[in-house]
Amino acid sequence: MGTPNRVKAERGLMRWVDDRFPATQMWQDHLSKYYAPKNFNFWYFFGSLALLVLVNQILTGVWLTMSYNPSAEGAFASVEYIMRDVEYGWLIRYLHSTGASAFFVVVYLHMFRGLLYGSYKAPRELVWIFGMAIYLLLMAEAFMGYLLPWGQMSYWGAQVIISLFSAIPFIGPDLAQWVRGDFLISGITLNRFFALHVVALPIVILALVVLHLIALHEVGSNNPDGIDIKAKKDETGKPLDGIPFHPYYTVKDIVGVAVFLFVFAVVVFYFPEGGGYFLERPNFEPANPMVTPDHIAPVWYFTPFYAILRAITFDLFGLDAKFLGVLFMGGAIAVLFVLPWLDRSPVRSMRYKGWMSKVMLVLFAVSFVILGILGALPATALRTAVAQLCTALYFAFFLLMPLYTRLEKTKPVPERVTG
Amino acid sequence: MKKQLFALLFALVPLTALGAGAEDVPHSMTPDLSNQESLQRGMQLYVNYCMGCHSLEHQRFARAAEDFGMPQDLVEQNLIFSSDLAYNDQMHVAMTREDGDNWFGAAAPDLTLHGRLRGGDWIYSYLLSFYKDPSRATGVNNAVFDMVAMPNVLEPLQGVQEKVCAESDRPIEGAELDPLTGKYQSCEVLQVTQPGAMEPDEFEEAVYDLTNFLVYVGEPSKLHAQTLAPKVLIFIFIFGVIAYLLKREYWRDIH
Amino acid sequence: MADNGVNKGRRRFLVGATTVVGAVGAVGVAVPFVASWQPSARARAAGAPVRADISKLEPGQRMTVEWRGRPVWVINRTPEMIERTESSDPARFSDPDSEVPQQPGYVSGPLRSIRPEIGVLIGICTHLGCSPLYRPEPDAVDMDNWPGGFFCPCHGSYFDLAGRVFRNVPAPTNLEVPPYRFEDDDIIVGEDEETA
Repeated sequence: MGTPNRVKAERGLMRWVDDRFPATQMWQDHLSKYYAPKNFNFWYFFGSLALLVLVNQILTGVWLTMSYNPSAEGAFASVEYIMRDVEYGWLIRYLHSTGASAFFVVVYLHMFRGLLYGSYKAPRELVWIFGMAIYLLLMAEAFMGYLLPWGQMSYWGAQVIISLFSAIPFIGPDLAQWVRGDFLISGITLNRFFALHVVALPIVILALVVLHLIALHEVGSNNPDGIDIKAKKDETGKPLDGIPFHPYYTVKDIVGVAVFLFVFAVVVFYFPEGGGYFLERPNFEPANPMVTPDHIAPVWYFTPFYAILRAITFDLFGLDAKFLGVLFMGGAIAVLFVLPWLDRSPVRSMRYKGWMSKVMLVLFAVSFVILGILGALPATALRTAVAQLCTALYFAFFLLMPLYTRLEKTKPVPERVTG
Repeated sequence: MKKQLFALLFALVPLTALGAGAEDVPHSMTPDLSNQESLQRGMQLYVNYCMGCHSLEHQRFARAAEDFGMPQDLVEQNLIFSSDLAYNDQMHVAMTREDGDNWFGAAAPDLTLHGRLRGGDWIYSYLLSFYKDPSRATGVNNAVFDMVAMPNVLEPLQGVQEKVCAESDRPIEGAELDPLTGKYQSCEVLQVTQPGAMEPDEFEEAVYDLTNFLVYVGEPSKLHAQTLAPKVLIFIFIFGVIAYLLKREYWRDIH
Repeated sequence: MADNGVNKGRRRFLVGATTVVGAVGAVGVAVPFVASWQPSARARAAGAPVRADISKLEPGQRMTVEWRGRPVWVINRTPEMIERTESSDPARFSDPDSEVPQQPGYVSGPLRSIRPEIGVLIGICTHLGCSPLYRPEPDAVDMDNWPGGFFCPCHGSYFDLAGRVFRNVPAPTNLEVPPYRFEDDDIIVGEDEETA
């Protein structure tokens, strides 16, 4: 039975299973004989942590669905019902709301690791693209989830973002109305967002996570030196610089999990509002289509892109500022997808790239953080100017990459990993 | 170099976080959810002075009684006035929204989440900042919430407060600090001119209790969270130590 | 990566310790998820004891109060009704002495009540959950020597005025008696006498 050359257990129950399902084979392929470079550093914790947060979101999300009422009349009250009347409902809800922010913290750090060590470069382009698709859907998932509590910020945040569609020439207004299913954001919108948030998007995200991991395990993990560990193997065919993922990285990741959980629990128990960034104050008031809050700011993980949107205050090439802002915001995310083809450097890791790449990466990271801060604050003339500069730097990092990665002088890459 | 830059960036974040906080208000208070007597007095004040108009749609009498250590019969006798309300019910009011619209021009909002929406400092300052203003239908205005529709329901306790020209220890907007006395000279100082049932200090304490109660009502789970948190954190810490020892043991193999 | 120099005992101990502590943690994580399925404060509020004034309940009459979403009958039995119930032949009933625990401990005897005149029953047939009809008069149903009681129209089960089920009907047990107690003119359904 089964494929003849597949690894199977010698005897017993596992043998019985292996004859019918490639359990031992999969265990070896993905854990006990998946050889990962031995020089993973701090930045390599965030992939497994993202998986942990995903599990947390699914588990707590399913439990929230049990008591949540997806209707304009009942949504807000049902969240308070969860917070007060359902036993431990407050904890499950805070795990979910804090988990959303934790997800983005972890994913941003995970993505930055990719930029730092060139993990997107051949042969890992698909790993990167699947990852970007996860990131994009995660943003959609978070955006739709934020409408569900049906507070003022839920409502007006969604109002602003959906109105972005109306900036698209010709079809815009009809498209925005189609997304809402109504002339304003209403219970109809809430219901469809609920369906997408709890069923459709999680399924697609899970599928993409599987694809992301299969693609990764096909080509093998990158490392801080950006060198191919498969190039140097011992006589049994094991990479000299590789160690089995299990037990070495499983035990290491458990330590990372413990540290993460400690910080996460501190936030969940003591600062679930995240200083007004995880749960925004106006959201403690039920949605009211007649009254707009004084200051609408998206949740922190969207603020860099929101700042880019607001930074475009001028018309260009016959396009008006509103549509141009939407284009820039979309472009800021879209450009990430083509990153593997923008980087023309012969080396992967920032350790061996030239000074231009290093400067650009620092400028990019600083711009991204500053944009994030500006996006959370009300706009002023000075802030808009700073946001414009940062937007320019953000795009320069990507669009000039083919130039500076080719021009600069790289350092020689060592044969073996450097601890 | 890069690390220092990041350290600098992370150091900047909390500074901006402060900027997202509440509006500037003249007074501040630190809620103390462990002070059951304060919470009980606050609830008593709320039921007597606020609940005529403001509901607490999500707060059950029973939950507050449990959290404040009050026996059921005591709550039923002293804090539940309406025969329509039972011990397990939420703190609804008799007044409908339409009545509120007609009487005050705006429906009295539900206050369950006001402690989180506005924050304790705001509520505390607001309740202390009513002053006499004959030009208004209610006879009062409020220094924190200009042209507010609500009358000063606590006036029997506080007495009549008026804006007077005087010195104040507290900074007042637009007033300059007198470098000699260290006080502020202003005609925006709020002072009680006709005493009420309470001394100003007593009244501030009563308002503290009431605010404390409203902060509790905003998030009753906080009490539970604060008792649970240390246990969870200690557990995770122990787990982390063992996990670290395990990791170190295995990683001895690798050099 | 050779095995030499590895302290196997220490390694096994640490694996065991991490597994045990991790498992305890997993159980701890499960606690809120399991506990959240308990009846919520809203459900408990809706299921709280109900109070009803029975001073106006005329002899022979029945009133229905709702407790935990189910009808609870309170009947004021006349002396004749009590007489008929007590003198019924026990052989006609499946469980004449209320041995199946369908009532609180403080309720006993053929009348299955605290006070002989006041009967309290959950008005749900123990067969398949229909609500039986009140037939208190003799000969009100198609049965010889009917002492008065309840008839379930769904599948034809008979109960006497104390809720005892007759033999040879589909219902297996007597009607359930909820916990209850008296306070002045009121009856409080859902609260035991002892805990008052």
